[in-house]
Amino acid sequence: MSDEKDKDLNGTEHGEENESNDAETLAEKKTRAVAEAKAKAAELKKKREEEKVVKAGQAEEETQEDAKARAAAEAKARAAELRKKREEEKLAEADEQIESKEDAKARAAAEAKARAAELRKKREAEKSVGSDTVDDTATAKAKAAAAAKAKAEALKKKKEREQAVESVVGDDKASAKAKAAAAAKAKAEALRKKKEREQAAESESGDDAASAKAKAAAAAKAKAEALRKKKEKAAQAGSDDDADDAKAKAAAAAKAKAAALANKRAKEQAGGGATDDEKAKAIAAAKAKAKAAAAARAKGSKTEEAEEEKPSPNQPLLNKYVKVIKEHLGEEVLEDFYINKLAKHVPTLVAKPETFYKLAEFLKRNEQLAFDFLSELHGSDFETHMEVYLYLYSFQNRQPVSLKVKIDRDEPSVDSVTPLWEGANWPEREAYDLLGITFKGHPNLTRIMMPDDWVGHPLRKDYEQYDVEV
Amino acid sequence: MIDQMLAASPNLMNTFLFFTIAAAFLMVILGFVTYAILAERKVLGFMQMRVGPNRVGGRWGLLQTVADVLKLLIKEDTIPKLADRPLFILAPVLAFTPAFLVLVVIPFSENLKFADLGIGLLYYIAISGITTIGILTAGWASNNKYALLGGMRSAAQMISYEIPLVMSVIGVVLLTGSLNLNEIVAAQENWAFIFIQPVAFIIFLIASIAELNRTPFDLPEAESELVAGYHVEFSGFRWAFFMLAEYVYLFAMASLTTVLFLGGWQPIPFLGFIPGIVWFALKFILIVFIMIWIRGTLPRLRADQLMSFGWKVLLPLALANIFLTAIIKELINSF
Amino acid sequence: MIRTEEMLLNVGPQHPSTHGVFRIVLKIDGEQIVEATPVIGYLHRGTEKLAEDLQYTQIIPYTDRMDYLAAMTNNYVICHAVETMMDLEVPERAEYLRVLVMELGRIASHLVWFGTYLLDIGAMSPFLYAFREREVIINLLNEISGGRLTFNYMRVGGVKWDAPEGWIDKVRDFVPYMREQLAGYHDLVTGNEIFLARVKGIGKYTKEEALAYSLSGANLRCTGVKWDLRKDEPYSIYDRFDFDIPAREEGDAWSRYQCRMAEIEEALKIIEQAVEQFPDEGKIMAKVPRIIKPPAGETYVRIESPRGEIGCYIASKGKKEPYRLKFRRPSFYNLQILPKLLKGENISNLIAILGGVDIVLGEVDG
Repeated sequence: MSDEKDKDLNGTEHGEENESNDAETLAEKKTRAVAEAKAKAAELKKKREEEKVVKAGQAEEETQEDAKARAAAEAKARAAELRKKREEEKLAEADEQIESKEDAKARAAAEAKARAAELRKKREAEKSVGSDTVDDTATAKAKAAAAAKAKAEALKKKKEREQAVESVVGDDKASAKAKAAAAAKAKAEALRKKKEREQAAESESGDDAASAKAKAAAAAKAKAEALRKKKEKAAQAGSDDDADDAKAKAAAAAKAKAAALANKRAKEQAGGGATDDEKAKAIAAAKAKAKAAAAARAKGSKTEEAEEEKPSPNQPLLNKYVKVIKEHLGEEVLEDFYINKLAKHVPTLVAKPETFYKLAEFLKRNEQLAFDFLSELHGSDFETHMEVYLYLYSFQNRQPVSLKVKIDRDEPSVDSVTPLWEGANWPEREAYDLLGITFKGHPNLTRIMMPDDWVGHPLRKDYEQYDVEV
Repeated sequence: MIDQMLAASPNLMNTFLFFTIAAAFLMVILGFVTYAILAERKVLGFMQMRVGPNRVGGRWGLLQTVADVLKLLIKEDTIPKLADRPLFILAPVLAFTPAFLVLVVIPFSENLKFADLGIGLLYYIAISGITTIGILTAGWASNNKYALLGGMRSAAQMISYEIPLVMSVIGVVLLTGSLNLNEIVAAQENWAFIFIQPVAFIIFLIASIAELNRTPFDLPEAESELVAGYHVEFSGFRWAFFMLAEYVYLFAMASLTTVLFLGGWQPIPFLGFIPGIVWFALKFILIVFIMIWIRGTLPRLRADQLMSFGWKVLLPLALANIFLTAIIKELINSF
Repeated sequence: MIRTEEMLLNVGPQHPSTHGVFRIVLKIDGEQIVEATPVIGYLHRGTEKLAEDLQYTQIIPYTDRMDYLAAMTNNYVICHAVETMMDLEVPERAEYLRVLVMELGRIASHLVWFGTYLLDIGAMSPFLYAFREREVIINLLNEISGGRLTFNYMRVGGVKWDAPEGWIDKVRDFVPYMREQLAGYHDLVTGNEIFLARVKGIGKYTKEEALAYSLSGANLRCTGVKWDLRKDEPYSIYDRFDFDIPAREEGDAWSRYQCRMAEIEEALKIIEQAVEQFPDEGKIMAKVPRIIKPPAGETYVRIESPRGEIGCYIASKGKKEPYRLKFRRPSFYNLQILPKLLKGENISNLIAILGGVDIVLGEVDG
């Protein structure tokens, strides 16, 4: 143990250094700093406890607004816990910092370092314990979390929780999701390791109420926090996961980053989480860890992500689409999917060229989706690739979706959807005429705007006029 | 006057006189056409809240049509390369000549009439049928698809509507016992046939509008579908001849309606001091006005609707009218 | 047995009833249409290509020239797209002005359609009546924007000009006047037997076909789909007004006519309410950077133009010009169903059907 602790200590030190460098470069660093700041706050706990209570109340309101019940629940729970201990003070500090607009990052950075140094020793020990437990239970995150909590409590990590609450509050204000908040807290705690576990437990409880994902994330964070050194690796893994999955997860991940920074176990845990929760949740957790590794505990980063997540009222829609599609067509048909916030939060699916027609047909024919109306079809030349963009609407469900497919630019070719929607006939001809995209299976793929003997496709970025007469 | 001349033995003087009178009458007709076009434009303008022609010839645009005709006269005479040249040249003449010929039998007043034919009505209807050939020829000779469609439509329409037109008049003939238009007018001394034969009048009015190819039966030259129909390739004075024929027919048909149903030159009771020619003009103008009014109001029928209306509505109605008229006349005679 | 031969008839691009330079190649047997092949592109001006070298504000005049009968909605769609990307809040007064001019434009557009449709069918006078009323609207729009057809009125973040003195009152007075004239139209046209015979049961399609062919606007509503983006996906401040979505079940030219005429009435309702709610003062432009640079990314917005669903897709790289701009032009989509509708019809119905779809060639050809 002692060896491990030493390692951890060294590792943490290095990690911190690295982190500070990262922070300079990235927002993630800020998150760590925040965590550190929290640690400091722990020292100041008693004074600000009152303030925290107030904040917690605010947080509740906010969460209600956001409709995110879990977040609220979690925030409250944490807030309550935190209040008792001196964490409130820390929270207050954090809030103040937030108010200063500089976000948690700045303070976090400064405070974090100093406090981190102080706290490291204690936490490392805690972390090691936590990591051990985690490893033992691998899948049973909840247990680990509980254990962690217990340990943390024992180790004076109560303060850390307060910090977490703070972060939560900040998130709430920002309208961030509860998960993110939880994750953020977890990270902060991770810095002190002991606290982290506790938070993880908290977050898990919140998740239970809400959904398994949050838990996974929290668990991941806790683990990550425990072992900062290995976090970097975890972050990488998380990033991979991110690529696989949705943004929400990513947000959670960011929070978890702090945790990730802590240890290698984060990865392990993430794996365990994946097995446990399967699918999205696991992924989310993994991401959370990864992010944690990258950005550590900075609240600023968390809030940003939270903001991104929050304003997607269509997230459930997207989840539904993806779920139905994956159930019926398998995991491989989608290249990507996300909420396009710039386009009124339309759920966007990116198909692979070879599965494009299959997916389009499924979107139209499936009873749960039933996209019977093709609102728009066009192509674009993005220089690296060609893209065909469809905007579909289901009059049965009154739901939109946009479907994209990226195709090779040199020989742009994709299946025609005219057999599905006759309305795609002319738009596809237009895309062929102006961009040179070949639609396989189109009944009459001829030029529509330009004369039949026109040379070239005008909307291509490399188009040069053949006839220089004009 | 005319009677005496008709009875007189032919000599140079008479021939010259005939020629002069015919030429004078032609001028009157052309004058009418000129101002009928102006009137149509003015009335339509009034109905559509426009002013109509108002530049050439004073604020009422009195010389507008004259200017238009002058323009047409000096326009280049174009004949499409692939057109059937002889027929193309012949077509306007074929369309226009019968329009003039039918005027011969119309009595404008007690004294102003050109021929007192016993079969005046039959003559009118027979001659006016020739115009269809002119239009068909024009459509064919143009070697243009729109023109062909217009010509075919025109032929189908004119033949279809000639039948109810004739049938509706038979009621009048039955009551009068003569085909002579003078006698028909004379028979309306007390009651105009519009009151005795209202159904026949309505059928006649509708069929005559169809015969004239005017809205709502202007399918042969439906601008929005066939661009201009049978005369799409004609320009200059050839085109003017078609327009001339159309408006001369308007003149003739309005006159015939006046003669057959409105009592011709017969005055309204107690207003006999006004000369017959004025009465004729008033009634005639009323009919022309109604036709313009209809043009300003109604949309166009579709070809198949036009046919089914002619054959399924107008013709049975006209036949029933004849039948009824015959029975009533028999009943009245037997008492 | 009579042997008939099919004939090719080329209608347009110079033809009085194609409302522009639209061409349709007909294969006819007698007057029966066997096959119809629309040919478009005569008015293609490459707006989308040109836009790639233009700043956003500079693109707005180009949109005027797409659907030149309802240029205000075109103005709006691109402004709305950019505003959506930049998450801009448009001032209240500007929103009301926008709604007013758009609805006035909608009425003007429907009036042109009403007039020309009747002209196509052979009635001359309604055209002139409709244009008399349209003239009133055009004058109103001229007063506020300085243009009669191509207004170039809206800007990203608001509108260019505030309403001149007394303008709102004039709009208020216009509403009862238009209602009165509308009643006159109904007297003159709606009950006319010949008109009914020409449009009833003509160009009929079902709801499923309408959806499959991506029809929108009155062309979709005439089949019973109660769908209007102003109501179903409210943009601007349309959620503040009380109005109906006129819809019919028949799916023929007659129901399309009814829908459009009823839409005029609904637009009048909106104008009436907008005039009542019109804020006495306020800004007409949001705080917008001088050079508009939407964030990198892409957006697609759609709104309800008089002809249907007009959409705008922008792919931005964060520069002052769009990387890719694409308009979803309702006429272009609506016209696709024409060959199907024309098959087996009489030539006379060609015009009644084509007119009923209500296209603007500037929009079809982009």
